[in-house]
Amino acid sequence: MSDLSLERAAPRGMIALRGDFDSLAGPCREITGADLPAPLGAAGEGRALLWMSPDELLLLCDPGDVGEVLARLGEALAAQHHLASDVSDARVVFTLRGPGVRDALARITPCDMRPGRFHVGQVRRTRLGQVAAAIRLTGDAAAEVYCFRSVGDYVERLLATALESANRERVAL
Amino acid sequence: MLLLTCPACGVAADETELAPGGEAHLTRVGPDGDDASFEGYLFQRANPRGVHFERWRHVYGCGKWFHAARDTATLEVFGTYSAQTTAPPDDILDKIKARRPGWEGNA
Ligand SMILES: [Zn+2]
Repeated sequence: MSDLSLERAAPRGMIALRGDFDSLAGPCREITGADLPAPLGAAGEGRALLWMSPDELLLLCDPGDVGEVLARLGEALAAQHHLASDVSDARVVFTLRGPGVRDALARITPCDMRPGRFHVGQVRRTRLGQVAAAIRLTGDAAAEVYCFRSVGDYVERLLATALESANRERVAL
Repeated sequence: MLLLTCPACGVAADETELAPGGEAHLTRVGPDGDDASFEGYLFQRANPRGVHFERWRHVYGCGKWFHAARDTATLEVFGTYSAQTTAPPDDILDKIKARRPGWEGNA
């Protein structure tokens, strides 16, 4: 059985954005077309914003656009105390697909993966095995996992093991 | 298993997603303090069996510090609250008194 699939996603442009959300909202809307996400949420299609903490967002864009986006942010926020930094190389993204995706992730994270507790569209920074990672549920049977590149091989094997065991013995969450 | 709800992001985080920060609401002893009070500030902790106030950091999540009030013997959590305070808020104290009628507070 191989209902669940795991793939290392193509490189993405990622910009760490820290500052007062009131001052970040305007420039972020202009750049991504989306309003700031609610806590633990994500916003935007294509260019997207992930909520990381009460004063931090992760802006996703095409790798080739990072320079332009950073320049626009720097200009728009010149008078504000903020941080906008290209962290595209810091993290890798894995895409998981298949009906047992919640079950597979629940095997390796303390995060509550049940549908009533983890909604589609939500982003949870948590622990996977022994390392920090973020889980973004992009659909009922699809998720993205973000982790630091330095532990990318570990997380890839960890996810593969979780998917394999979930494929073998499916548990409904 | 200990679950604490991080007041900064609202996540009910597992103990393994958190870093412990020790006893809460310590009074910092500065350069004017004598050796004995500085030693106390550095090394002496309450370590009660029962109601306790602690600092925790949501290190695998939003990264923010917060406070928690819990029972060290039963692991009952009375509540969590902002890190930006020097004393437990009244609603937390009320919850503790409701559950532990004889509790006099940690002197
Ligand atoms: Zn948090």
